[in-house]
Amino acid sequence: MSRPRFTLDGVPVEFDEGQTLIEAARAAHTYIPFLCAHPDFPAHGSCRVCTVLVNGRPMAACTTRAAAGLTVESQTPSLHADRQALVQMLLVEGNHFCPGCEKSGGCTLQTLGTDLGVTSAGFAHESPQRPVDASHPDLLLDFNRCILCELCVRASADVDHKHVFALSGRGLHKHLIVNAESGRLADTGMSVDDVAARVCPVGVILKKRVGFSTPIGQRPHDVAPPRTQVEGKEEP
Amino acid sequence: MTDLRRIAIEPLSRVEGHGKVTLLLDEAGKVHEARLHIVEFRGFEAFIVGRPYWEVPVVVQRLCGICPVSHNLCAAKALDQVVGGVPPPSAVKLRRLMHSGQMLQSHALHFFHLASPDLLFGFDSDVSRRNLIGLVAQHPDIAKMGVLLRKFGQQVLEAVYGKRIHGTGAVPGGVNKHLALEARDTFLSQVPQVKAWALEAVALARRLTEVNEARHRGFGAVPSNLLGLVASDGALDLYDGGLRGVDAEGRVLFDGVEAADYQALIREDVRPWSYMKFPYLERLGPDVGWYKVGPLARVQLCDRLPTPLAEAARRDFRAAYPGITHAPLAFHWARMIELLHAAEDLERLLHDDGLLHGDLVSTGARQREGIGIIEAPRGTLIHHYEVGDDDLVSRCNLIVSTTNNNQAMNEAIRSVARRYLDGHEVTEGLLNHVEVAVRAFDPCLSCATHAMGRMPLEVTVVDARGAVVGVGTRGGGRSSERPRGETTSSSSSTTSCSRSTRSTSSAATRCSSSTRRWTRPSPSRCAR
Repeated sequence: MSRPRFTLDGVPVEFDEGQTLIEAARAAHTYIPFLCAHPDFPAHGSCRVCTVLVNGRPMAACTTRAAAGLTVESQTPSLHADRQALVQMLLVEGNHFCPGCEKSGGCTLQTLGTDLGVTSAGFAHESPQRPVDASHPDLLLDFNRCILCELCVRASADVDHKHVFALSGRGLHKHLIVNAESGRLADTGMSVDDVAARVCPVGVILKKRVGFSTPIGQRPHDVAPPRTQVEGKEEP
Repeated sequence: MTDLRRIAIEPLSRVEGHGKVTLLLDEAGKVHEARLHIVEFRGFEAFIVGRPYWEVPVVVQRLCGICPVSHNLCAAKALDQVVGGVPPPSAVKLRRLMHSGQMLQSHALHFFHLASPDLLFGFDSDVSRRNLIGLVAQHPDIAKMGVLLRKFGQQVLEAVYGKRIHGTGAVPGGVNKHLALEARDTFLSQVPQVKAWALEAVALARRLTEVNEARHRGFGAVPSNLLGLVASDGALDLYDGGLRGVDAEGRVLFDGVEAADYQALIREDVRPWSYMKFPYLERLGPDVGWYKVGPLARVQLCDRLPTPLAEAARRDFRAAYPGITHAPLAFHWARMIELLHAAEDLERLLHDDGLLHGDLVSTGARQREGIGIIEAPRGTLIHHYEVGDDDLVSRCNLIVSTTNNNQAMNEAIRSVARRYLDGHEVTEGLLNHVEVAVRAFDPCLSCATHAMGRMPLEVTVVDARGAVVGVGTRGGGRSSERPRGETTSSSSSTTSCSRSTRSTSSAATRCSSSTRRWTRPSPSRCAR
């Protein structure tokens, strides 16, 4: 018995019941740009980079269940421009200095921007003041790079069962906080072995004293950027 | 009192970074003052504070796009001490390979791309062809040789440090990769040609020096001390060693000074008209303790060069200049001797299998402070960091090569301005003489500007004898520091920067920092 299908940019994609559009596309080795989606965690739908047109309506591919007969569009000029703008807004909202960032070459935001052809900030930089938290003996928190994806919040709560992180504030004032009286990571039960310590897609949660030990050319996204991980092809 | 007129050469061309020269001339065209101003501000010493120490070699190298490897290596050398490690032999060899690759490309860039048009066409030749494009048109073989020499150095860097510019080779305690066997074999096949080009470059620099020997020998030459690193056996060592200082006649002032002791050796003076500090030897004081660094200093203060062809070239150089030469134009010949040394050193290192395998990093007991010194292409470079228990940098001091040459460059342009401009109608060609003097030092003005908190716009009112009548700063404040030797009258009138006249009948006015208000609106150099 054949599996149900929807079309993605005109190409039939089979799916299993319960799969989201991005999961089904991933299983079919078709890349839909994403940022906050993580295969090990439930969909969050916060960054909207994976927005696609479902029967003409914009929907987040990570939260929309696949259904037979849907017409899904991902590679359109309009969606591409929207994704570029989303990345640009994230870049100006924090302080992202890729040239000096140890996450370069493994940063999902950086690689997504490169993949989308983002070559300028596009908007005025907000240049927020966000001090780093270096209190923990093994981990560094650089809040300058936070994109509010909540992956660390979810990992710490749902997997590590420590509830170390949370988002506080609303709207423009929303920011990542540490769940301790002092607000310092050293005063939590966070361990370098926690899942939350290695789930950050950007350079906020970093293992200390190992930055830049992986040479250029061998960094995670030098070897296999997200698009290649999905499409299963070697970079030219 | 005499009217003074001000000439600004802005921007300086064919140098790295942004700077300007101001000249003050009286009615008779006599030069009263000549100064090199650094007009950009970087702030690296300030904003690296609070960042994790392992980020430092990658961030601080962004000071420069020409010699980032020097900053990468110097920071790593300082941070080796912080992580308590002695880099393993393979790591040291790979760092030296990077350093020689960079020395080769940087020296080639300067001599062929920036300086050679002056030397080949003449200082006051047609400005429209006195540039790289003119070089390509008139001397394509020379231009091509420069491009290919630089290319080889850049390819070595790419292989060791990931990128040709701003890679990530050196890390605290070592390096992050070996050289690939294929790359090693490729470089070994190319290096004989590179050496041959380097020999040609030395011959060219020598010929251009000797052709104009009479002019070159005295052009901008102002005696000073010399400073640089040498190995324990007195040989030139661009990566490591002890500091040696000699006086203007070549007598050794000190030798084998360790990096950790640099603060007892060097002080930095601040002048309110420049973002760049003025280092001097503490024991001699600021008036006579200033010094030169870079190729001209290194080639003359070492006992020998450790590679045979370069050593032969050094002997030729020393024979041509018995004693010590202070001629800025001799920098070019010395620079090409170092380029040849770099090519030979690359060949020596490429034959060492330690580049291909072996430990890359070593760490030990954590320390709170580290000081690194290296010989960058433009001269002695010092990085000094303090790191807290939380791994964040708590203090940073950088004394970069061009800063070390600050006083020397100012003295050189003063000498050239008085020799060539005094009493003459100022022309573009004559002004280029001043630029030629600056250019000879190969200054990297972007690297050298970081005097945080010392950049008030200051207007100094002087009479025609140079005596300071009044000093004013933006906002009406008074400067706490001013050029040495100048005194301020307590009853002086303060001049604000909104003042639009350039000369007065009673007092000459000079602006000691760069603002648009005080520079002419013409696009580049100007004279009136």
